[in-house]
Amino acid sequence: MIDDLNKIAAKMRVDMLNMAYSAGKSGAHIGPALSLTEIMTALYFSVMNFNPQNPGDDCRDRLILSKGHGVMAQYAAMKQLGMISDDELLSFKHNNTKLYAHPSMNSEMGIEFSSGSLGQGLSLGVGCALALKLKKNNSRVYVILGDGECNEGSVWEAAMLASFQKLNNLTVIIDKNNIQYDDFTENVLSMNPLDKKWESFGFDTEIVNGHNIEQLLQVLNKKSEKPTAIVAETVKGKGVSFMENNPQWHNGILSKELFDTAINEIGGVL
Amino acid sequence: MIQITPQNIRMWSLLGSCGAFGAAAESVVQENSNIVMLTADLCSFAGLSRFSKMYPDNFFNVGIAEQNMVGVAGGMAKEGLIPFVTTYATFASMRALDQIKVNMGYMKLPVKLVGMTAGLSVGILGATHISIEDIAAIRSIPNICILSPADSLETVKCVEAAVQIAGPVYLRLSGSMNNPPVYKADYDFVAGKAITLKDGEDITIIATGTMVHNSLRAAKLLEEKGISAKVVNMHTLKPLDVDAVKSACSSKMIITVEEHSVIGGLGGAVAEVLAGIEKKPEHLIIGVSDSYKPAGEYKYLLEQYGLLPEQIAEKIEQNYKK
Repeated sequence: MIDDLNKIAAKMRVDMLNMAYSAGKSGAHIGPALSLTEIMTALYFSVMNFNPQNPGDDCRDRLILSKGHGVMAQYAAMKQLGMISDDELLSFKHNNTKLYAHPSMNSEMGIEFSSGSLGQGLSLGVGCALALKLKKNNSRVYVILGDGECNEGSVWEAAMLASFQKLNNLTVIIDKNNIQYDDFTENVLSMNPLDKKWESFGFDTEIVNGHNIEQLLQVLNKKSEKPTAIVAETVKGKGVSFMENNPQWHNGILSKELFDTAINEIGGVL
Repeated sequence: MIQITPQNIRMWSLLGSCGAFGAAAESVVQENSNIVMLTADLCSFAGLSRFSKMYPDNFFNVGIAEQNMVGVAGGMAKEGLIPFVTTYATFASMRALDQIKVNMGYMKLPVKLVGMTAGLSVGILGATHISIEDIAAIRSIPNICILSPADSLETVKCVEAAVQIAGPVYLRLSGSMNNPPVYKADYDFVAGKAITLKDGEDITIIATGTMVHNSLRAAKLLEEKGISAKVVNMHTLKPLDVDAVKSACSSKMIITVEEHSVIGGLGGAVAEVLAGIEKKPEHLIIGVSDSYKPAGEYKYLLEQYGLLPEQIAEKIEQNYKK
């Protein structure tokens, strides 16, 4: 099973590179999408109750991608689920596309909310989790944040409320790739120790290797009486050597040459 | 259905717009259990003390965190609840403005944002607490309906309307306790349709919120000076009743009066309509001048900004004679 999931992850990386290349000179947030690959794989292909044929089903688990710039990883998962065609995939960041550079709320695609303005997804997730409890709906809410995004004060406003309201139907996943727009988080505004911060805000907190699907499944399937925070240690640009851990690939332009190099590397994994 | 009786109207006027809001909240939730009330540590201020005890499942105090409150309401609205979000108008609007843009404007999530004590009524607390910029800020964001009731009865009507409106709403509550009533009996309220409260031949005064009452009094004073003024209650600032503005163009002067900055509020909205009309009368914008004045009590501040009935009448008379 883990092998199958790793194969899906590899295909998703190819999808992302195709999208980034298709975006052309406007560039694409390829680094922060690649770091999310295994997290998205684990959620969409194992953990979440999500029916691609009926993405608006009220029983679905809710996934909120608060770090909206990583959306290529979500589109890639949808492509692998058969929800997005090849042609559609390559319309990413083109005029009139459904595939915005930051996700745009779309119930047919199962995109819960629009994002792009950082620090807002956890509040939405808390609102969903409270409403689900009120409606006695047992669905779960997953919110993916970036580590840089955790600079936003509104994240912590929402975190306080989540634990105060004992939202045990809420899981926060922090894609801790240690790089934000300008530079390494260490050189901009370090949040370390990030796990201790979430713990002190009342979350059941786990640290995992965010590229190890087995570890991810283990913590994602764990039950808790509290809201859960998973600090997923990831590598920005994971899978493409020249992008890995390189702040320049937060948002980058893929030339034909670089695209071919990257595809060859991923192909090696396939 | 809430009972609109002379006693209730008197009681709501005494309580002011916040108290009237609380009474309306208790009424609407009885008919629709999806209605929830959120507040940022202002439960009693928002008139929701009794609501919070009667309907604890439908009440959420999120603490002093307005940005989060708007986002939480967005999530709830997506899940089919009808969330009312309450705090001081200045924090409701500007503290959480990006959340308002993204959740209510961009995603059109049907959050009902309630700005208490809009305008100058809490001016004794200083410029941090007055709200003279909220209409301008929210009006510039697409897709948000803005309601600005003239008195406590209209506040009740606006809460009922906000439940019915499918999209996002900003409900701007101005005035304080002992809110002077404009309406003394039940009447038809339709969001987006301005109400002519008094007919007049010479000029048209278009007012909103507390300034409807002051404009009616100003109109009376103007009658004594031989100026016949029509008074229109523009209770919906967006979408604006464009026809009401167009029909005002047959008067010799249009005056807008609001307890909000002269920039970007009712005056701005009316001026935007007039800009596209070839034959139009002079438009006088009366409101809070573009300034923060020293802290002071409500009536004192209204006077400082020239918004008492006599001052409104005088300003109109001066300009009309020109």
